[in-house]
Amino acid sequence: MDFDEVLEKYDPVMGLEVHVELGTETKMFSASSAHFGAEPNSNVDPVSLGLPGALPVVNAKGVEWAIKIGLALNCSIAESSRFARKNYFYPDQPKNYQISQYDEPIAYDGYLDVVLEDGTEWRVEIERAHMEEDTGKLTHLGGTSGRIHGATASLVDCNRAGVPLIEVVTKPIEGAGARAPEIAKAYVSALRDLVKALGVSDGRLDQGSMRVDANLSLRPIGQEEFGTRTETKNINSLKSVEQAITFEMQRQAQVLDDGGVIDQETRHYQEADGSTSKGRPKETAEDYRYFNDPDLPPVIAPREWVEEIRATLPELPWVRRARIQEEWKLSDAEMRDLINANALDLIIETVEAGTTPDEARAWWVSYISQKANESGVELDALGVAPAHVARVVALVSEGKLTNKLARQAIDGVIAGEGDVDAVVAARGLEVVRDDGAIEKAVDDALAANPDIVEKYRAGNTKVTGAIVGAVMKATRGKADPAQVNQLIAKKLA
Amino acid sequence: MTNKYLVEGSENELTTKTAAELAGLIHSREVTSREVTQAHLDRIAAVDGDIHAFLHVGQEEALNAADDVDKRLDAGEAPASALAGVPLALKDVFTTTDAPTTAASKMLEGYMSPYDATVTRKIREAGIPILGKTNMDEFAMGSSTENSAYGPTHNPWDLERTAGGSGGGSSAALAAGQAPLAIGTDTGGSIRQPAALTNTVGVKPTYGTVSRYGLIACASSLDQGGPTARTVLDTALLHEVIAGHDAFDATSVNRPVAPVVQAAREGANGDLKGVKVGVVKQFDRDGYQPGVLEAFHASVEQMRSQGAEIVEVDCPHFDDALGAYYLILPCEVSSNLARFDGMRYGLRAGDDGTRSADEVMAYTRAQGFGPEVKRRIILGTYALSVGYYDAYYLQAQRVRTLIAQDFAKAYEQVDILVSPTTPTTAFKLGEKVTDPLEMYNFDLCTLPLNLAGLAGMSLPSGLASDTGLPVGLQLMAPAFQDDRLYRVGAAFEAGRK
Repeated sequence: MDFDEVLEKYDPVMGLEVHVELGTETKMFSASSAHFGAEPNSNVDPVSLGLPGALPVVNAKGVEWAIKIGLALNCSIAESSRFARKNYFYPDQPKNYQISQYDEPIAYDGYLDVVLEDGTEWRVEIERAHMEEDTGKLTHLGGTSGRIHGATASLVDCNRAGVPLIEVVTKPIEGAGARAPEIAKAYVSALRDLVKALGVSDGRLDQGSMRVDANLSLRPIGQEEFGTRTETKNINSLKSVEQAITFEMQRQAQVLDDGGVIDQETRHYQEADGSTSKGRPKETAEDYRYFNDPDLPPVIAPREWVEEIRATLPELPWVRRARIQEEWKLSDAEMRDLINANALDLIIETVEAGTTPDEARAWWVSYISQKANESGVELDALGVAPAHVARVVALVSEGKLTNKLARQAIDGVIAGEGDVDAVVAARGLEVVRDDGAIEKAVDDALAANPDIVEKYRAGNTKVTGAIVGAVMKATRGKADPAQVNQLIAKKLA
Repeated sequence: MTNKYLVEGSENELTTKTAAELAGLIHSREVTSREVTQAHLDRIAAVDGDIHAFLHVGQEEALNAADDVDKRLDAGEAPASALAGVPLALKDVFTTTDAPTTAASKMLEGYMSPYDATVTRKIREAGIPILGKTNMDEFAMGSSTENSAYGPTHNPWDLERTAGGSGGGSSAALAAGQAPLAIGTDTGGSIRQPAALTNTVGVKPTYGTVSRYGLIACASSLDQGGPTARTVLDTALLHEVIAGHDAFDATSVNRPVAPVVQAAREGANGDLKGVKVGVVKQFDRDGYQPGVLEAFHASVEQMRSQGAEIVEVDCPHFDDALGAYYLILPCEVSSNLARFDGMRYGLRAGDDGTRSADEVMAYTRAQGFGPEVKRRIILGTYALSVGYYDAYYLQAQRVRTLIAQDFAKAYEQVDILVSPTTPTTAFKLGEKVTDPLEMYNFDLCTLPLNLAGLAGMSLPSGLASDTGLPVGLQLMAPAFQDDRLYRVGAAFEAGRK
């Protein structure tokens, strides 16, 4: 159904559950490394394998970071919270229960103000943020889709089992109307910026360190009672958040219009065409049989500790943005462009690394953005760091690189050839400062172009372009054009 | 009746001496740890066919550990602990890297743990050779070892009778002279009850004072490892070896170990003057075996004659303990035992290519667990389900709080509580297996203590005049006052001589 038509008849209600994987050194309940990308089943220990007799012990850093997130989301922090067991059988779950928080989460009742594309603010109310452990990972062999259905064998990797997660759950987002998809995207984006600013997660949707489950229901305009909701998983980019909500609104409206009913179900987002598809239907209603984990005493967060943590919170993204806009004297439109291009933090960090705001903006919104678009990746996933940009800017201002050479240096960084200095050295990009070599090239060029020399001497000083071009060609672009012009003027004076 | 396996008058045999005596002989180099260990291994070889106390005997490992102790002592080193060189039997519910850990279940037949339990580690560090792993009810669920997947343990006092459970293997090993020291675990009485039935001493320490890391969980909020031996002092010496804070167990309490050895030595003077002893009214009434009550009353009189002041105390909620226990325990069991699914270790059954992962899990569990374990998993799964949780689990937790309050009120009046450890003496194997409720009732007197997390001891208090079998006296102390058990226990023990 056409989106506008959906809105004429229905009012969407959204709920977003975002799992944030914390970047702690060790797992939530054991000393095993929590790092991503190790050999399968190498970051494991008796606890994360659920071996007989193993017991969980809470990672204090995980608790501290959960409190950080809670505080940044304006939540109340529970002085005493509890871990519970969520019981269900699945091969990626070594204990066949997940340690999570149930009726006593560490953080509750907060909000996050997000800025929409037209500059308006929307307050997303936070129900809770709670701690839990991640599951292992299954890889299905054989079959067609890489899914368990039809697979001939499944491999279990427990490296991820026990990695700390914070699940941030919103209250129902009502009254968003046409803006529902945009709000969902802006919320996830703001949350991602937040956890990155806090330094607690890399917030990578594409790598699963941030996972979004989008709940959506429709109700006829004017009706107060919520409709039946679906929960869409497998959303791994900001764009997909927006698209998944849009698709579900249209799909559900069509079902309702056709006189059908919405099944309460889990759906999977399909990256290829932006649709959602039915998950495996559950034969029985899930009953997780939650109860307090008797292996873990309550988590106590004394007020003084919470205040100490509050005092260590870095400048939060929205505060930082307001300050930057003021300091750099950017218009609202300019500011929004930077935010929408996901460039603001990179530019700020580049400035912190020593460039002017204009230099940093110029690099990130033009050349590097263009490269990111060509590769189809997010700006921050291209492999260029603020330090790289700051370095090329410095080399240009020192006259060691021309703008053109600087772009080549960035190309080298993107290609994985190392940092800027390594690329400059390996590719031989540095501007030639050897006066003798340049002088010889100028002499050669003048000797080869007697007609131009003649015109110049006749008073037409604008004809030196060809000489400069010849010199640049002879030095393979490494001469500084300004220096070459000075030499020509001197020789022909 | 007498225990023909521990005949009076054979004091010169290494297998009838106390651990304290053996430690003295070893440390003074009158005998070697190897000799003591070998004597017990020989004893096991000779009698375990009758008793079946052991699921695994680690002859080579035990002798190697003994040799290591001998070598160090010969080199003039101080003993690693007061019990260095004295061998021990370990309940097969603690993980060991050098012997299978099965929890007496088919599910873990032959399972080798890649890590040692903290208790195992402490035993090794104390220079105590581990003779082997003892029989028990499967996953510590039962009161007679008849739920062991590997056959029951027989009571040395009467081979047709149970040695108790779940830790029947450990207690029988002590009573048959197979080991001078043994480790048990007590979830509702599994240390104290077998101790009572075999005329030995068993202590359930205060919850949180002995690490549960590497103890295969039955019910996490109730389980506690503890020492068993034939004398109060030996039990105290072992208590001191295994107790203490452990960073690997979040429920482990970070405070000094109670001075249990000192208390046992002080108590040996037999003086109970100034001690207020509370007789729990609820555990002293009709329905108990007359011979048990008679022995119990004689014990109380003995304590009075040793100077104790005797007071009757009322703990009304103890009558509800059994019901609460058999809800809380199965709930925790249903979750704790979920990890045994055939996916990563242990038994895997039915994986013939025709079954899905879910079906293999279900099939494995159907094959691997015995009937009592299944009964409790089903009970717990049901009680935790939506719609029943409040009525069962939460209600049971409220009862638990009331029981703890009963204890607290009682300790306002007295220093220590006493009761018979069990309502009857050892019953015949096969007698109760078909009636789970009657079996559960057997732990009536021991389980309130676990619900409250306090410290308890069972120690020999004579034979019942009607059956001629041992009767245990239970002592119950407030949390972290484990030393009181030993002071009073040692005095009572001295008073019997």
